[in-house]
Amino acid sequence: MASRKATAAKGKGRPAARVEKAQLELVQVEPAPARRGGARTTKAAPAAAPRRARARPEPEPELLPAIEPAAEAEEAPEAPKAPRRRATAEQMASKQREISISEFFTKNRHLLGFDNPSKALLTTIKEAVDNSLDACEEAGILPEITIEVRDLGLESTEAEEPAPKRAGGAVPPAPKAELTKGEGRFVVVIEDNGPGIVKAQAPKIFGKLLYGSKFHRLKQSRGQQGIGISAAAMYGQLTTGRPIRVTSRTGKGKPAHFFEIQIDTRKNNPVVTEDRQLDEWHQEHGTRVELEIVANWQAGQRFVNRYVEHTALSNPHATVHYLRPRQQLLTFPRATEELPKEAVEIKPHPHGVELGALMLMAAESKARDVRGFLQSGFSRVSGQVADEIVKRAAFKGRVRPRDLGEDRTLAEKLHRAIGATKIMNPPTNCLSPIGDELMKRGLISFLNVVETEGPEADEQLDLDQATKKKASRKEKAAKAAAPEVPDAPPEEGVEKIKGHNYFIATVTRPPKVYRGNPFQVEVGLAYGGSWPADKPIELFRFANRVPLLFQRGACGTTEAIVKTDWRNYLLSQPKGSLPVGPMALLVHIASVWVPFTSEAKEAVAHYPEIMREIQLAAQECGRKLAAHIRKKQHADYQAQRRGIFELYIQEVAQAIGKITGKSPEPIKREFLRLADRVTEAELAEVDAALEEQSKKLTKRPRRAENEDE
Amino acid sequence: MARLDAVSKQTAQKIEKLAETVVRSVKGGKNPFVEIPIRSLANVKFNEKRRLIELGSQRQKRYFFNVAMAKKFMQTFLVSDACKELIEGGKTTSIRDLYYITKHTIGDTKQNTFEEQDESDPIIEDLEVALDALREELHLFASRKGSMVGPITIRDTGDTIDLRRMGSGGWAVPSIVEENVIEFVRHEAKYILLIEKDAVWTRFNEDKFWKREKCIILQGGGQPPRGVRRLVQRLHSELKLPVYVLVDNDPWGFYIYSVMKQGSINLAYESMRMAVPDARFVGLSSFDKDKYKLPVNVAIRMDDGDNNRAKQMLAYPWFQAKQWQREIQEMVRSGLKFELEALSRRGISFITEEYLPRKLRDRDWLE
Ligand SMILES: Nc1ncnc2c1ncn2[C@@H]1O[C@H](COP(=O)(O)OP(=O)(O)O)[C@@H](O)[C@H]1O
Ligand SMILES: [Mg+2]
Repeated sequence: MASRKATAAKGKGRPAARVEKAQLELVQVEPAPARRGGARTTKAAPAAAPRRARARPEPEPELLPAIEPAAEAEEAPEAPKAPRRRATAEQMASKQREISISEFFTKNRHLLGFDNPSKALLTTIKEAVDNSLDACEEAGILPEITIEVRDLGLESTEAEEPAPKRAGGAVPPAPKAELTKGEGRFVVVIEDNGPGIVKAQAPKIFGKLLYGSKFHRLKQSRGQQGIGISAAAMYGQLTTGRPIRVTSRTGKGKPAHFFEIQIDTRKNNPVVTEDRQLDEWHQEHGTRVELEIVANWQAGQRFVNRYVEHTALSNPHATVHYLRPRQQLLTFPRATEELPKEAVEIKPHPHGVELGALMLMAAESKARDVRGFLQSGFSRVSGQVADEIVKRAAFKGRVRPRDLGEDRTLAEKLHRAIGATKIMNPPTNCLSPIGDELMKRGLISFLNVVETEGPEADEQLDLDQATKKKASRKEKAAKAAAPEVPDAPPEEGVEKIKGHNYFIATVTRPPKVYRGNPFQVEVGLAYGGSWPADKPIELFRFANRVPLLFQRGACGTTEAIVKTDWRNYLLSQPKGSLPVGPMALLVHIASVWVPFTSEAKEAVAHYPEIMREIQLAAQECGRKLAAHIRKKQHADYQAQRRGIFELYIQEVAQAIGKITGKSPEPIKREFLRLADRVTEAELAEVDAALEEQSKKLTKRPRRAENEDE
Repeated sequence: MARLDAVSKQTAQKIEKLAETVVRSVKGGKNPFVEIPIRSLANVKFNEKRRLIELGSQRQKRYFFNVAMAKKFMQTFLVSDACKELIEGGKTTSIRDLYYITKHTIGDTKQNTFEEQDESDPIIEDLEVALDALREELHLFASRKGSMVGPITIRDTGDTIDLRRMGSGGWAVPSIVEENVIEFVRHEAKYILLIEKDAVWTRFNEDKFWKREKCIILQGGGQPPRGVRRLVQRLHSELKLPVYVLVDNDPWGFYIYSVMKQGSINLAYESMRMAVPDARFVGLSSFDKDKYKLPVNVAIRMDDGDNNRAKQMLAYPWFQAKQWQREIQEMVRSGLKFELEALSRRGISFITEEYLPRKLRDRDWLE
């Protein structure tokens, strides 16, 4: 990777734990011809023998390879003769061979986010955008990213516009081509102003699965498994037969290169079908990838919309342009010129290492003794700590790191000794949270953009719960028509966005550790404005700034929020559910290794340490919210009160005037004057009481918080 | 009628004073209020010595600058203003009428000064206690019901009326029976009989019971209205006539008697003028079913409401006398209640010819 700030991070001192884990995926599928397709196979991969090549995928969302009926996928046709002994080792050996990457992909596409054409669309965009953001961050460039989706169905009809129609005198209106309904061919383009990719690397990055720079290191980044962009390229190739097209330039003086890269699905190797130097390119540096894929824009756009919106929200330093078929360009301008703090790469912490990984690391270690191995391979292991661990392991005789790699019993001893030794927490400079101030600015610009959408676009912004949101849009319209309520006095934390007042509160927790992995939780909320008051809150989940759009119910984040008692913060909350109220809640987990529940990276695992941090952050935000709600209720009450008095003063003055035989006007004036004074005095009193109350609330020891810090 | 003028003048002045106090507070920068004795069970006590339910000393300040009170404060002055106008114009009207007089829309809102009569009636009662003025002195009256006959001649707003010559309907008791309206001219009655029900009273009138027994008979159509109670109280205190009460044998009947005797909770502030602590309960007693051989099939089964009410009564301080406890307990025990009409099983005039004469002769009553 040709980066400005990035240090060469490849090859050396690789904490191989993760590698092994991912490789296991491949190995597991290896007994390929197994009749039932292996443990991981789902409905998606019956791997039936004679695979037809399809010119175009059938309407059903299943995707089967469009090219290359993989030879090795063919099953041994006839059953063994011997009724009892079904296959000899030799027979089996004849079937054992390397699995093709295309087959692996086909069988596991649901794990990689390519389950169906709607989701594949999102995953493709996501992989490319995540890469662009990661690359910019690493290179210290403020990202400007363009995301474009083109409907090829639309373009072909427009292109094929028959000439004869134009021939006959009066020009008949050109029949407007329709957006592709359901599945069809689309082109996804992602362009960034990042560091670019050196010519020699491009083929492997885009034409080889499981090739990346981020897998072998402990550092907070978006990409994690290195499955990334080449999987999207593979998907495109399998569904449309078209290679990925890449344009990249690494700097001003350097030429831009254009590639078309295919994947040799047998060997998992790139095949460059086109490679030329461009005379000019509008980006000084950056990368543009174009993928032709079978997608379902109609069904999938809501996810893409949400992904783009939320990516803009969690990356306030990025400018994102979003171009969709038949729609105006939507731009999310950056909310800050400040780059996120650079995440530093760290060595693994001893408490996070698993036995297998420990053995692997030991085997690869160049250290002469265990002590040296521990000190060089892990963070926070001083000579003293290493001695303590070695002593505790109580090895008999001399043990070299290499021995640990081979002898499970020995390794187990060391593993136990590590667990029993008190070791300083890992350094946390490997984390790069959004930060409470930028989270706030992100929320503001997010609300600014999503609000400017026209009604049609609004419709398309319907997300997970399409019907729910639709109702709320209607409410929005109704609210917009209603007369404006007089402005409340400006309050700290309240932002006026598109005529609506939002209360915004954000909290960034200090870094914490789970299983030796540093992590940090951030929570932000936007309350009021045009969010519907009678619906469950919107929960926006993020991991390393990447929006999590699926499996909300399975996510530890959701559980932590549901288990927080929001009634303390003046929201209603049905038992076991998200709170109800006009609010969007953002939860971000930043970590060198976010524990996802599955490879699709859609839900965060339920680690108690993480859940606790989320709750603490939510509570902290909640307290700010409660103070705000109380203040607002109080202000509303004052206004209402004043109104009531003014209404009745007229009547009282009239009656008293008649009774006493005096003119009612001066009496009325006296009453009104007093109304001002009474209201003011009482306001001060109530304010004092409120402050007292919220102080108490802040001090009130809550069980979960007690034990903290 | 110089006296009327004096009372009216006084009441009007009270209203004026109330309004002026408010004006003064507002000028002085203070939240204006009206002080109102609390009219609820919590602020009512039974005065053992006087045997009356009396209002306690608890008072409530009704402020204008208080969201919960502002409307009622305003209403209090709308009613005050209307009453003052009535007094000064020498007119009297019903509380329903007053509701219409004071009801209007506020400013250009959709709100009314009063939404229901239920809202204005309690304001009137508040004003009565706040001013220590009777409803009559405010020139207001409640709905009228009740009739009376007997050997007595009265003067009603100047008209002399002989209550022996009132035909079958009797003289309709007005709402206001103060001295300035009703005067007693002469009489030869020996006692007063207050009957719960119109139908039973009609029996007594038709049988000329009052003529035979030389008594005044009244009915109040269930719970007697203020006019009837005030009149009974005046007849009792001014003419020194004993009072007998004849009601159904059920908790409601007991309650009617108890209100006549020591006043009601809601109008505790008027007990002095309304209640007759010496009033006697002549029937129907819970023990009459045996004494007068009433068959069970004329009884009515007590329901839950009846039972609850009876049990509450057992706790009333004015029902603590042993015979009263027995009386109520017997009703609860038997689970039966009887209407006065049940006596007709023994003959249509059994009540006037045998039952009541025997009760009085045997002094078979409760006090
Ligand atoms: N737009 C880009 N600009 C610069 N480098 C890129 C870009 N896209 C991908 N890369 C490089 O290619 C590598 C492989 O990417 P990918 O296959 O998505 O895996 P991962 O992102 O998990 O590392 C990245 O680690 C990065 O070094
Ligand atoms: Mg990636």
